[in-house]
Amino acid sequence: MSASTSHDTLASGTHAHPNPDAHGDGHDHGTRRTYLIGFALSVILTAIPFWLVMADVIADTMIATLVIMAFGVVQIFVHMVYFLHMNTKSEGGWTMMAAIFTIIVIVIALSGSLWVMFHLNTNMMPGHIMNPADLI
Amino acid sequence: MTNEFWSFIFGRLTWDVLPIHEPILVVTFIVVVLGGLAVVGALTYFKLWSYLWKEWFTSVDHKKIGIMYMVLGLVMLLRGFADALMMRLQQAIAFNGYEGYLNAHHYDQLFSVHGVIMIFFVAMPLITGFMNYVVPLQIGARDVSFPFLNNFSFWMTAGGAVLVMMSLFIGEFAQTGWLAFPPLSGIEHSPASGVDYYIWALQVAGVGTTLSGVNLIATIIKMRAPGMSLMKMPVFTWTSLCTNVLIVASFPILTAVLTLLALDRYVGTNFFTADFGGSPMMYINLIWIWGHPEVYILILPCFGIFSEVASTFSGKRLFGYTSMVYATVVITVLSYLVWLHHFFTMGSGASVNSFFGITTMIISIPTGAKIFNWLFTMYKGRIRFELPMMWLIAFMLTFTIGGMTGVLLAVPPADFVLHNSLFLVAHFHNVIIGGVLFGIFAGINYWWPKAFGYKLNTYWGKISFWLWNVGFWLAFGPLYVLGLMGVTRRLRTFDDPSLQIWFIIAGIGALVIAAGIAAMLVQFGVSIFGKNKEWDTTGDPWNGRTLEWATSSPPPQYNFAFTPIIHDNDAWADMKARHAQRPTKDFMEIHMPRNTGTGVVLAGLSVVLGFALIWYMWWLAILSFVALIGAAIIHTFNYDRDYYIPVEAIADVENERTRLLSGAR
Amino acid sequence: MSSQATTAEGEAPQFYELVPHHHAPHGSTQIGFWIYLMSDCLIFASLFAIYGVLGGNFAAGPSPEHLFNLQLVAVSTGALLLSSITYGFAMLDMDEGKKTGTLVWLVITGLLGAVFLGLTLYEFYHMIHEGAVPQRSAFLSAFFVLVGTHALHVTFGILWLVTLLVQISAKGLVPANKIRVQCLSMFWHFLDVIWIGVFTVVYLMGMLR
Repeated sequence: MSASTSHDTLASGTHAHPNPDAHGDGHDHGTRRTYLIGFALSVILTAIPFWLVMADVIADTMIATLVIMAFGVVQIFVHMVYFLHMNTKSEGGWTMMAAIFTIIVIVIALSGSLWVMFHLNTNMMPGHIMNPADLI
Repeated sequence: MTNEFWSFIFGRLTWDVLPIHEPILVVTFIVVVLGGLAVVGALTYFKLWSYLWKEWFTSVDHKKIGIMYMVLGLVMLLRGFADALMMRLQQAIAFNGYEGYLNAHHYDQLFSVHGVIMIFFVAMPLITGFMNYVVPLQIGARDVSFPFLNNFSFWMTAGGAVLVMMSLFIGEFAQTGWLAFPPLSGIEHSPASGVDYYIWALQVAGVGTTLSGVNLIATIIKMRAPGMSLMKMPVFTWTSLCTNVLIVASFPILTAVLTLLALDRYVGTNFFTADFGGSPMMYINLIWIWGHPEVYILILPCFGIFSEVASTFSGKRLFGYTSMVYATVVITVLSYLVWLHHFFTMGSGASVNSFFGITTMIISIPTGAKIFNWLFTMYKGRIRFELPMMWLIAFMLTFTIGGMTGVLLAVPPADFVLHNSLFLVAHFHNVIIGGVLFGIFAGINYWWPKAFGYKLNTYWGKISFWLWNVGFWLAFGPLYVLGLMGVTRRLRTFDDPSLQIWFIIAGIGALVIAAGIAAMLVQFGVSIFGKNKEWDTTGDPWNGRTLEWATSSPPPQYNFAFTPIIHDNDAWADMKARHAQRPTKDFMEIHMPRNTGTGVVLAGLSVVLGFALIWYMWWLAILSFVALIGAAIIHTFNYDRDYYIPVEAIADVENERTRLLSGAR
Repeated sequence: MSSQATTAEGEAPQFYELVPHHHAPHGSTQIGFWIYLMSDCLIFASLFAIYGVLGGNFAAGPSPEHLFNLQLVAVSTGALLLSSITYGFAMLDMDEGKKTGTLVWLVITGLLGAVFLGLTLYEFYHMIHEGAVPQRSAFLSAFFVLVGTHALHVTFGILWLVTLLVQISAKGLVPANKIRVQCLSMFWHFLDVIWIGVFTVVYLMGMLR
């Protein structure tokens, strides 16, 4: 259904918004230059982590994981700024607000799930239980 | 050969799945069929089909869609409550070796379907109905941002309800409880159609709910009248905004989880199985990440309704508007931090449990602040004890007690004793009936005159009010006691005869509530068909304070001929105080969206798709899916979606209102 | 009344908008679509959570280093990245009102999307052929569903893109079509963002384990 969602949004202008912050003029999508910068950045930010893994550059897995994740996060921001044209002004700040709220919820849900399930596994998995009497 | 043919056509749907061996279901079926035939016959006789189709089913008017949501919710309330009555009766008599009148198969379906219907198809449609009806009026808009999407969302919700109702007579419903925890809901332990009905009904309805959430957020962000800054929005609009934010940020998780459960059942993946590395606990974890925000999705709009009622019937500005708004926003964020309190006993250990126990206690603080705000609004107010106000007071008494038992359950050690007991059942009914349902009743009595142009009958309303309140405590007080004694939920028969008296009291309570529902239906009937109607010609029967009371009752299709300009929180009270003159001439044509039947078609195809998947009719599933995509694409080729209401038509309506207003004075 | 809001000149306040001001058509569409994307984000968040929790449960079956082919992933990532910039060029041409240019860039974008989809399907086929089916372990279930859901989104994106090509050819760059191109643009770049998460968490970190 995802494809139909935006198609089906009816001509929405039954009433307009007078607040100056609410006029999404739709002209805030970059120039050829910003697209090219974004593309160059994302190519670099993709190539480096691929190279790090494929050429086995960093010996320590933990450090390598953190570095790769950092590259991923930076690249996500590059895409948001250069391709999705996010800034604090578009739609009166609501775009940014929605994104921040979503990121908060995602961070809570992801880290919370990992935390909860990790603790559950350490506590409850029979293989990890040292003393069977703990089960009771 | 022929066998293969039939099983290709009908999948696993055979004559055997019809519950003809269950006399209760057969009788119900006959009654439903007769009732259905009567309705269809009446509609045909009075030639109402085309009226319904043109004026209601295909309507993109937020007011009509709102009313359709309310009707759906009230009809499903009757179904859900019938299930509750049957459970109460069973538990009241199944003692001393007597098995009662329900077998385990039927009883297990009852408690599952009761929960599913009451949450998804009663509470959700009712609050969505209010938000649809009231929010655009309160912000001075002419419709929602995406009127077609609104119609489509409603029909998807209705489609989910249709699938649940189908399960009554074709096959069976889930016997897993309302959240269908695996591994019980896995294919191994629930091979029949029940869990599949559950999955697809919720998926179909979930699409509608999510899209309606998107729609209302966009409406509140973009369509507010001039001058209505965020901190001048009515509190109900604020709570609606927060509720819809919660909907959009939590229903996708439900969709994802149910999809994974469906894949486990249909494809044999191993997400929530006990083998091959799957984890049933992960299902419980994820579904409660949706499930806890869902609780606040239901209660926040009701807090909004009570805020409107408190200030209107106290004749005062709401006490602590700012704190009310911040409390709502804080609840919105905090509701994502408490989900584990639904499964303290799963075994994540002390650190995890303490964290979630503490966050749960913290979230009760903003809720408590709201209670004080309503009390201070009433303090020194000129209170009118009309029905909505009565529901507000009943709510504050009932909900506070429910909230306190909730804080009790938030203490992990106490939860280890009380979890899965009737104490828990009593607690969540205490907050959902005492909070959500009472809020809905307050809202119905409050906004009915706006929607239909006359007030609801007070006499029957008061009877219903008292029956509900007395019935509620009779029905759920005993469950608190039983829960403390250690009686677990979802039991069909009991061994200890000393418990029976409490179940009998609870059963009597359920009967009193039934009388309360009957009184409410009489109230509606008397108000609709009675001769002495309390007409509302002013559009402002309660001396209201927000914009919905600035227009006529019922409002014209375009809501406001001239968009109001807002200078104050209580915009309409401000306009009245400063004698704002309603313009009576120089009307302009108004741009409006056109009705469309696409929503009905798409939702209908979704129901067919769901049905096909439930019964393994793969050809039909593919066909309806392709048709669904096709219909959606075809719809996008329709560029002619709006029209202008001519000036003369507006002038006619507005002149009539001018005449009524002068008559009223 | 506490806040006597009057206009700057001290006139009596206006309570009704007598002359409706002009408003852009489809004024809510972009923010509405953005909010929809946020909800879609949460579907992926759930799938990432599942992958994070279950991704290490191989059930004595194959693990990432036996299955993943990073060269293949690098190529499909390249295709998707390239399609981002070509979609950007389509948007720039649309702003300048160049219908043909828009169509051409959109077609190129769609083809790059198809290349990505083809590579994903090839990878799936290859894995299933080797017995690494979704039913084999929780890790494989989570992998197939996470990557598959992204691929399904790309599929819908391509379907939508084809629909738009027809509509732009038929009606031209009318406002209704322009807003659709903008929405699809958001959808397309959003899928890129998700893919960054997928190749980082699933493929790169998987190969490190």
